[in-house]
Amino acid sequence: MLRAFARRAVSASSGRAPAPPRRRGRRGLSSGVLPDGVDRGSGEYARNAGAMADLVSQLQSHVQKVIGGGGAEAVRRNKSRNKLLPRERIDRLIDPGSSFLELSQLAGHELYEDPLPSAGIVTGIGPVYGQLCMFVANDPTVKGGTYFPITVKKHLRAQEIAAQCKLPCVYLVDSGGAFLPKQADVFPDKENFGRIFYNQAVMSSKGIPQIALVLGSCTAGGAYIPAMADESVMVKGNGTIFLAGPPLVKAATGEEVSAEDLGGAAVHCKTSGVSDYFAQDELHGLALGRNIIKNLHTAGKQGTLARLQNVNSEFKEPLYDVKELRSIAPTDHKQAFDIRSVIARIVDGSEFDEFKKLYGTTLVTGFARIFGQPVGIIGNNGILFNESALKGAHFIELCCQRNIPLIFLQNITGFMVGSRSEANGIAKSGAKMVMAVSCAKVPKVTIIVGGSFGAGNYAMCGRAYSPDFMFLWPNARISVMGGTQAAGVLSQIERANKKRQGVQWTKEDEESFKAKVVEAYEREGNSYYSTARLWDDGIIDPADTRKVIGLSISASLNRDPEDTKYGVFRM
Amino acid sequence: MPSSMALLILRRNLHGRTSSLLQARLFSRSPEAAAAAGAPKRRTSEPKPIEKILVANRGEIACRIFRTARRLGIPTVAVYSDADAGALHVRSADEAVRIGPAPARLSYLSGASIIDAALRAGAQAIHPGYGFLSESAEFAQLCEDNGLTFIGPPASAIRDMGDKSASKKIMGSAGVPLVPGYHGDEQDIDFMRSEAEKIGYPILIKPTHGGGGKGMRIVQSTNEFVDSFLGAQREAAASFGVDKILLEKYITRPRHIEVQIFGDKYGNVLYLNERDCSVQRRHQKIIEEAPAPNVTSDFRTHLGQAAVSAAKAVNYHNAGTVEFIVDTASGQFYFMEMNTRLQVEHPVTEMIVGQDLVEWQIRVANGEPLPIDQSEVPLLGHAFEARIYAENVPKGFLPATGVLHHYRPVPGTSSVRVDTGVEEGDTVSMHYDPMIAKLVVWGESRSAALVKLKDSLSKFQVAGLPTNINFLRKLANHWAFEDGDVETHFIEHFKDDLFDDSCHENEAYKEAIYSAALVAACICNKENSNFREGGNGLNSIWYANPPFRVNHCAKRVFEFKWDNDYDSTGSKPLVLSLTYQADGQYDIEVEGEGTSLGFHVKVTYLGNHDFRVEVDGVSVQVSLATYEKDLDKHIHIWHGSKHHHFRQKLGQPLFDDDDSQHKPSFEMASHPQGTVVAPMAGLVVKVLAKDGMRVEEGQPILVLEAMKMEHVVKAPSAGHVHGLAVTAGQQVPDSSVLFSIKE
Repeated sequence: MLRAFARRAVSASSGRAPAPPRRRGRRGLSSGVLPDGVDRGSGEYARNAGAMADLVSQLQSHVQKVIGGGGAEAVRRNKSRNKLLPRERIDRLIDPGSSFLELSQLAGHELYEDPLPSAGIVTGIGPVYGQLCMFVANDPTVKGGTYFPITVKKHLRAQEIAAQCKLPCVYLVDSGGAFLPKQADVFPDKENFGRIFYNQAVMSSKGIPQIALVLGSCTAGGAYIPAMADESVMVKGNGTIFLAGPPLVKAATGEEVSAEDLGGAAVHCKTSGVSDYFAQDELHGLALGRNIIKNLHTAGKQGTLARLQNVNSEFKEPLYDVKELRSIAPTDHKQAFDIRSVIARIVDGSEFDEFKKLYGTTLVTGFARIFGQPVGIIGNNGILFNESALKGAHFIELCCQRNIPLIFLQNITGFMVGSRSEANGIAKSGAKMVMAVSCAKVPKVTIIVGGSFGAGNYAMCGRAYSPDFMFLWPNARISVMGGTQAAGVLSQIERANKKRQGVQWTKEDEESFKAKVVEAYEREGNSYYSTARLWDDGIIDPADTRKVIGLSISASLNRDPEDTKYGVFRM
Repeated sequence: MPSSMALLILRRNLHGRTSSLLQARLFSRSPEAAAAAGAPKRRTSEPKPIEKILVANRGEIACRIFRTARRLGIPTVAVYSDADAGALHVRSADEAVRIGPAPARLSYLSGASIIDAALRAGAQAIHPGYGFLSESAEFAQLCEDNGLTFIGPPASAIRDMGDKSASKKIMGSAGVPLVPGYHGDEQDIDFMRSEAEKIGYPILIKPTHGGGGKGMRIVQSTNEFVDSFLGAQREAAASFGVDKILLEKYITRPRHIEVQIFGDKYGNVLYLNERDCSVQRRHQKIIEEAPAPNVTSDFRTHLGQAAVSAAKAVNYHNAGTVEFIVDTASGQFYFMEMNTRLQVEHPVTEMIVGQDLVEWQIRVANGEPLPIDQSEVPLLGHAFEARIYAENVPKGFLPATGVLHHYRPVPGTSSVRVDTGVEEGDTVSMHYDPMIAKLVVWGESRSAALVKLKDSLSKFQVAGLPTNINFLRKLANHWAFEDGDVETHFIEHFKDDLFDDSCHENEAYKEAIYSAALVAACICNKENSNFREGGNGLNSIWYANPPFRVNHCAKRVFEFKWDNDYDSTGSKPLVLSLTYQADGQYDIEVEGEGTSLGFHVKVTYLGNHDFRVEVDGVSVQVSLATYEKDLDKHIHIWHGSKHHHFRQKLGQPLFDDDDSQHKPSFEMASHPQGTVVAPMAGLVVKVLAKDGMRVEEGQPILVLEAMKMEHVVKAPSAGHVHGLAVTAGQQVPDSSVLFSIKE
């Protein structure tokens, strides 16, 4: 089934060896230390840096906007109720001054008519008393914290990561439930609203703690979040839980009752038992939440982290400035770059021990450490050929055998096409790599640093291959093939159609047809288009790549190591 | 060797390090030499020198005496009450003996227990320190009876001087000037009033026994007399067991000047210059200095000679202090009383004469003659002592108690001395005097010493309980104090300057904001340093500085409450927004009352509460102390000469479910508001309130017992108890109405 599409942007020969490694001085770098790989004096460097600077500042301004929540008026109203914004709540839950790996910040970006900042829900990972937790926090300033289809998707993705990485879940509930006008896309399907509670039940059954802090309303279906939680906290005055709110109750039974008396903290902590901890105010509620995590006693269930003997607590920073990662990706996607210059700025001491360096050179594989943690890195240095795919499969097997987390650095136009390639069984080789990637049970982190096209996306652990985490650089592009290639393919089919119908197709018509396709691919292949739809876990500043990988791997090491079993490899 | 240099060496010795040759030389005059100088020869039958000392006291004075004893090679024994089992003075002694429970009357005032302790420990001598039994003639006698040396004056002298009326008679006949007054035995109230008329108002009423200002009253006119007289009598009876009262002319602008005298057992008495202890609050000294400012050397000599005559009149030996009241208007001085002990403020004298008075006490007790004569008594430089108390200055200097969560006195040097009896983590309890430490500084001149005093006070770090340090700083910085223009009503006279900050309100507020910014930055930096110490490499990135955020800078909001001792309007809120910068520095913005200030701050943690902080290019040393108390995190900061105290609300109230008493109204529907029902079926074991009684919210009303557990039923709100009909022993069913509370 592997249909490889490839852009013929780079010739086969240059694809094989885009940047021959520089000769090292004899007494220069020790073995395994990568060379700088960046020519700071070149005009290209300056151009790349300028283009990326624009992209990064654009990214930061988008993020600044969503951090503001649902607008000044909604934020003011929220504050007047003594409520914090979701990120402020999380800041008070995680260990003071610690890091927070936020996920899919720009989900919902330009997705609906109205803006839906961060899809109305903030998710991410941070430590509480040293225990990493997954936080899922409704933003009551965005459409009353209601669930749009993308909100549900983001909530479920957070749960998926938590389930995969065995992270305790902390739900900061403050939501009006499903967004009713879009109920058809929110309510009925498998991966819809109901899945939230299903996930809670299943995770709880696997011993992954589920904790709910009810900081605002929690109506109808939402009421099940605290009800399904292992432990829950309610805040006096603000927190309410009921299946039907006062207006609906009055309509249904005629009973007139206030929200607080119907489903306030006192009712649920004292009478109904729906909630366990009574909080005087929001700060108290958050402190109680921290206490619950403190008492989880997950030490008895420590994952890999505790057992890993091989982690160096001392580590070296990369030899080269990580900020230079902002100058590596070329402005022109057709230009290739040596992935080693990226690796050199991600790994400890820029030390990278390459595996099969001389074979299948369009795929770079090798061992390194990130913040002391051993990792296996697979990066693209051009089109995937038979040899590169086989080398990739081999390397993945090695890492799985040794329980070494895998990092995929995607910049891939696809597998090589053409008769020679097909005859050599490129589909068979690609299938081996896809099989290896699919079955690998070690933590996997994918970063798209350039293009992600065609089956290359699959073999390099794209979204469908369930990497634990997947992030994009702002310059990333994802599509089944390049826009130009697609336009070429589609115009050939269209011309054949027209010919059959006996319709004349002018050169101009064809050009405008092609332009439309290119434009659509341009738009849909954009990193914002991807991240808005949650095809990834977020766009990151290239300069943060090392940190994000470190945090991601750290989060994914919370589970027990698992043996990898493969399916049938086509030989 | 220049004498000032010798003095410095001596002063260093006061800290108990090493004995210097010079010190040895001062004491090298053998008894024979002394005899040649007029003292009688030492008898061979005299007891051998003291080889082990028990100190019948606690706190700083016990520690201070141990220091000298240790330097002299004399083993030490401490005594302690149950409240002091882990106290510094206990740990500082070679041995320690428990003498009783916390109340002083059962321990430190129990002469028999102390004698017993001394005998058990094999001590030959008892040093009483000050306070407690130091001026008890009975105790001095008891020591003698048990073959123990009492390091202090003879019992007879204590007795003579202990009764203020008697002492004045003796002084009068010895030619020492006395304040006009009545000191007779006749205590009839009408007679006393007529005596008061004779002296002329204003007059001072005070008990003949005791001290420390207890029972003292100032009477301005005849119609106030009766109330004050009776009040003084009652207080005297309660405090000293004797209700005898004396009357004196009240001097309107008096100075309190006292003379340190010292006598040996051969009749030699000399004076070691005077101390001015005029600055007092609640009739207790807080800043003392030596010598007294603005006095002539003639005056000094006259005063000294009067003091020596007073001592000689009662055959005094060992350390003593003769207190005079000096009328600033006339320059006349009058004898007030003699304190037959080593006084709290003795270090200022030690600083200006370069002698260790405790060493003198021990040597005199051993029967040695005084090491120098009057002409050899030096007077070099100037010394101040500031008494640092746990007390609530704005609330009328009320003694305070609490835990010393952070305690870092200024480091001692050759000219800065701190006598303290506590350490960080110790508790200042209600049982004893709330003095934390004595800060003593010396300078070539009064102004040089004052500079040091101000500096040392600003660096004296105490957090956990209220202290008078800020107040002492204000005193030391006051222009009139700088001029040496002191008198006993100094604090009262300048209270507007000393208690009110309103004139500098805006400036103080800005300083508080600046300090708050430093606090925020230091807290962030400290957290980070703490994390760095533990955890492996991969974990450490969760705690990296700056904390990671995706595509934005981590921010943090600090909400502080600034507590200004001198602002009656209460604490002021300060909201700071801190942004972690990529380079590990902090941008801090403060939104205040009409001001918005921004700081760019860089912090280096030096360990142990200390930081180096750079703000907009200026770098300062900062110390920070934090502790939690009463639902708040308390933060103290010291930098330069500034000290601020902030509070931060803790997320977790300790009262966890006060509100669980609140029931949703529908549950109460069957009963009117304020009705309290039995939370379970049970037996009423106690009824603590009466029907109709006024009660506060949360006040226990009755106690129920069920399932072997007691349950206290409390008033849900403040009001009057209605319908309380149950009695002890009565069984009540679940949810039965017990009583109701009505406004």
